Amino acid sequence: MKSTASSGKIGKKITSKAEKDAEGVKLSALDGGQALIKCLENNGVEFIWGYPGGSAIPIFDAIVTTKTPIKLVLVRHEQGATHMADGYARATGKPGVVVVTSGPGATNTITGIMTAHMDSVPMIVITGQTISPMIGKDAFQEADVFGLTMPVVKHSYLVKSADDIPRIVKEAFHIATTGRPGPVVIDIPKDISSQPCKSPLDAEMDLPGYGPPPAIDPRQVQAIAAALNRSTKPLILCGHGVLISSAAPVVRALAEKLGAPVTNTLLGKGGFPEDHPLSLGMLGMHGTAYANKAMAECDLIISIGSRYDDRIIGQASKFCANAVRIHIDIDWAEINKMIQVHHYCVGDARAVVEELIKHVIPLDTKAWLAHLESYKKHFPLKYKIQGGLKMQQVLDELNNMLPPDAIVATDVGQHQMWAAQFIKTIQPDTWISSGGAGTMGFGFPAAIGAQFGKPHAQVWAIVGDGGFQMTLAELATACIHKLPVKILVLNNHYLGMVRQWQELFFDSRESGVNLEGNPDFAKLADAYPGAKGLTLKRPADIRKILKRAMEYHDGPCLINVECVKSENVYPMIPAGRSVDAMILDAPKIQLEKPTGST
Amino acid sequence: MTTNPTLISTLTSLPPRAPIHTLSVYVANKPGVLARIAQCFARRGFNIESLVVSPAMDGKFSRMTIGASGNPEGLEQIIKQVSKLIDVLRCVDHTGDDAIIEELVMVKIAVSPAERGEVLQIGEHFGCKDLDMTETSMILMFTGKTEKIDTGIRMLKKFKIIELVRTGKIVMSRGEGES
Repeated sequence: MKSTASSGKIGKKITSKAEKDAEGVKLSALDGGQALIKCLENNGVEFIWGYPGGSAIPIFDAIVTTKTPIKLVLVRHEQGATHMADGYARATGKPGVVVVTSGPGATNTITGIMTAHMDSVPMIVITGQTISPMIGKDAFQEADVFGLTMPVVKHSYLVKSADDIPRIVKEAFHIATTGRPGPVVIDIPKDISSQPCKSPLDAEMDLPGYGPPPAIDPRQVQAIAAALNRSTKPLILCGHGVLISSAAPVVRALAEKLGAPVTNTLLGKGGFPEDHPLSLGMLGMHGTAYANKAMAECDLIISIGSRYDDRIIGQASKFCANAVRIHIDIDWAEINKMIQVHHYCVGDARAVVEELIKHVIPLDTKAWLAHLESYKKHFPLKYKIQGGLKMQQVLDELNNMLPPDAIVATDVGQHQMWAAQFIKTIQPDTWISSGGAGTMGFGFPAAIGAQFGKPHAQVWAIVGDGGFQMTLAELATACIHKLPVKILVLNNHYLGMVRQWQELFFDSRESGVNLEGNPDFAKLADAYPGAKGLTLKRPADIRKILKRAMEYHDGPCLINVECVKSENVYPMIPAGRSVDAMILDAPKIQLEKPTGST
Repeated sequence: MTTNPTLISTLTSLPPRAPIHTLSVYVANKPGVLARIAQCFARRGFNIESLVVSPAMDGKFSRMTIGASGNPEGLEQIIKQVSKLIDVLRCVDHTGDDAIIEELVMVKIAVSPAERGEVLQIGEHFGCKDLDMTETSMILMFTGKTEKIDTGIRMLKKFKIIELVRTGKIVMSRGEGES
């Protein structure tokens, strides 16, 4: 969306001379807010998710006066705005943009910024700030946003002059979207967004400390290839980096050339089709038994774009202790952070794999694959059909009905793990979940953001009754924009994952997990104009009700699924333990408290 | 300013401590860069033992020399995270390098005219400069490696040290290469 900002009047302050200038490079009569909006346009921004307030009024005013084609989406809570921008970014690969006001408006974005930071999602969060002379004097709605957000951003700015806005916006987009993506915060005092911006919109960047990732070292790639070529029991671990770098086709080609099985992380779902014969599905704490057993028994593990996080490795000292461990990552700081590896290569996943594939040979993995196939047969994902309506069954049936390009966004908890197990993700960028941060309240607004970005895709928010209630105010946002998001509320009237831990590790002492007092979610949806509420209580009705939701296109459709209360997610590897400690069924004995974090 | 002599003696007579790593960080001279770097340490529970920040040759950049102790694995992660910061051009650990690492110290001592001769003698041995002298006090300044400074301070401790300021280590690699 290139803009020369030449058409029509841009606000009252525009003089004819300025309009003339607008034809060229200079746009001397734009104020800071207008320059900001124009710069966002030049970066191809389609949507701003925002919530106004005193310090942000000049920016919101500029959205009107510049007559920008960027669509402002007024959310109901700033956290919702950040998750929408996040969902949009994960579904489209383009950075999501948020504009909020100072103080509480800005602090409400921090959860969303942290979520994006943990999962390497490109996002630009623009916050209003009190006027420059009042900064540091505890002015009304003043918060040190630059300081508050510092640990959870890739980079941040406190703007000191409107003249800096074009440069800063250009840098912010460059930083957010290149290398390992992440959120960038731009804090703009109200006097700065009101003062004239005298610099051209195509300012030069000034980032002496930030460059492209170093060129791929061919010796490292050759060392990795040599190790691979000696392996008879290899395992490819596909992470989020595969999706970020659009490496899915080359990872598939690599796996097929080698004849190597592939497992994926929670965020790596879609990086390798989960219906492929070489796929083992997700590994880790609640991963499939066969993926985890493959991890324990492989003679070589090669991570492509995952950070070997604690939910995967469990007990670091035992993780693939006898295997050759390889790490491909764009972020040098991830190498040897969690585990020591034998070989690594720092670089973009796609570029590295494209190079690597030239040096590998088909491996003799027949016995290994047959072995894993028997694990698949003996330790499948399972649930009992009897005994009431199970989340697993609903998700299993939904999986059978979903078109392959449907986008699934989840919240956090038991439903998230079951969705990861039973929804087979086939295509890239169709699975959206808060992995690193585990942010409850993420799923529904993320689905809204994804639907904005992919208006023709079928988008599902799979949420629990706990997380949904954290951001359900965004039902209004979905209704206003007539977004046909499907909301599957898997309702067990419990904070199920915590209850599961209390049952397994704390002698079933329940504490703070009973969600009595839930509303009738279907009725709640019906109370919003344009939304539809459905209720699902019997297993026999699953397909019928899911189909009705799929056929409703006039706005959001919510299904309140009344599920059994006491189901637990298995397999489970207790936190901090190795695969040896994997539980496949409800244990008969009291388990030791896990040593790992969560 | 009231001085606590006990505090000074604990500070200056610390027995052999964990090896202090000396990092040299070359940064863009932009607001917040020090806070971001400090955060990389603080978040991981590392203490910064000494810190020197000064403009580099070109005013656009600054050089920081950071002394920090802690387990080497944690420090390696900190170095990587610091290197990753947008405003950081490079971060190098000079521990064990053949680099020039020096400190400067100023010591204010309560000295009676009778003690003055001995203080000056010690000062001469350590190559001190006397910056100030009154009827009752002196300020000495000297430079050198950390061990030399520690020894000098130990010698001066038989007098009453009123105040002591150390720059912390500053570092420069030998030869033509940049730190």
